[in-house]
Amino acid sequence: MTTATIPVGQRDYSLVGADSRRAVEIGLASAEWYHSQVPRAVMKDLMKRTDGPAIRDTILWFALLIGGAWGGIYFWGTWAAVPFFIVYGVIYGSSCDSRWHECGHGTAFKTAWMNDVIYQIASFMVIRNPVTWRWSHARHHTDTYIVGRDAEIAWMRPPRTLMNFLAFFDVIGSFKSLQILLRNASGRLSPDEKDFIPQSEWGRTVFAARVHMAIYAATVVTALWMQSWLPLFLIGFPRIYGCWHMVMCGHLQHAGLAENVLDHRLNSRTVYMNPISRYIYWNMNYHIEHHMFPMVPYHALPRLHALIKDDLPPPNPSILDGYREILASLRQQKIDPEYYLRKELPPTARPYREEFHNLDIARPGT
Amino acid sequence: MPEWIRACAETDIEREDLIRFDHAGSTYAIYHAPDGQFYATAGRCTHEDVHLCDGLVMGHLIECPKHNGQFDYRTGEAKRAPVCVNLRTFPVKAKDGLVFIDVD
Repeated sequence: MTTATIPVGQRDYSLVGADSRRAVEIGLASAEWYHSQVPRAVMKDLMKRTDGPAIRDTILWFALLIGGAWGGIYFWGTWAAVPFFIVYGVIYGSSCDSRWHECGHGTAFKTAWMNDVIYQIASFMVIRNPVTWRWSHARHHTDTYIVGRDAEIAWMRPPRTLMNFLAFFDVIGSFKSLQILLRNASGRLSPDEKDFIPQSEWGRTVFAARVHMAIYAATVVTALWMQSWLPLFLIGFPRIYGCWHMVMCGHLQHAGLAENVLDHRLNSRTVYMNPISRYIYWNMNYHIEHHMFPMVPYHALPRLHALIKDDLPPPNPSILDGYREILASLRQQKIDPEYYLRKELPPTARPYREEFHNLDIARPGT
Repeated sequence: MPEWIRACAETDIEREDLIRFDHAGSTYAIYHAPDGQFYATAGRCTHEDVHLCDGLVMGHLIECPKHNGQFDYRTGEAKRAPVCVNLRTFPVKAKDGLVFIDVD
């Protein structure tokens, strides 16, 4: 493993600022990305859609949700409710993210309406506007970790490590998400949102936010009427007390790696995980593979990984190992925001795309 | 008058698949539908500048390889976000084992 720096100076992560314009000017925006070689026939087989795995996983998902909720309600007010809320919280507040993600891509199920139904439910659970985030995620795939273009850069530099780790119990993030929904529900979109959501979709963005806010309002009214926190422990709060697994996996995706590159092997991370985490996360631990080939459904990612792993940096063998790597990189980025972790490729891999790594794209006046 | 350009042989495209065809500085996608019919559209997705030739044909839909937007390749109609703008289509005919596209 080696280290490297990118001479990019101060960053402007907004989507309407100087970095956004610069990314377009130098060809980083909507660019051609590196792909490992996979024969067309093999890729067609990997991309093939099927309902079976996602129906199986979704039946289990609802069973765990209903079972967790039942136990939480039945034992409410006693310590016996705690394990039920732990399970319910993770299934609601963490696996909602992976369901939102896969169904947003339209790859989880073969049947389109199944993707759409789970996408809407999961978007509500994760407190994301389903219209906004469909478009922000499209941009994330077009311009992954391109500063000024990607609306989903979680680890901006210099890194705010404490804030990002507070997200494990995401009080601040959840209320910020509610604020955004409230703003959308009042009919307002931010300049960034207007940048990546087509104008034809703005009305739907507002409508979706109003539906979500109406459900939250009904939940609060029910809690007041019952004089109990229980309704909020079932709807809304799980996004806070159960999101730790989503955040744990989410940080592994890109933290400490490169910005402004056109090779997902430099800005994404694949990590081997236990089967329970892979169920909750729907195999997004194969994150380089997912970004290179977003049409491959979650259940086929292990097969894709086996096919192309010789062209990728070695995966982290565990979640713990991934965090060791991230923390070491973040410590460096605190001192030098230009630092990023550059992993060695195996001898069987094609070299990294280098053209943007050493470009002098310093800002005017810097 | 139609300008029929030879694009490929019928056997060059598996059923429920597509290939890329470049001609006179433009790029196209030629489809072989499950029912045996051939179709042609503009090659690049209307959402981002990505060629559809690496996408997935499912029935009469083509899914873009980058963002999973979908078009009905018979009509060019945008069927699934993030695509909003329809795809241009071109007349196609199959004759004597060859596929021709009218690029006019």
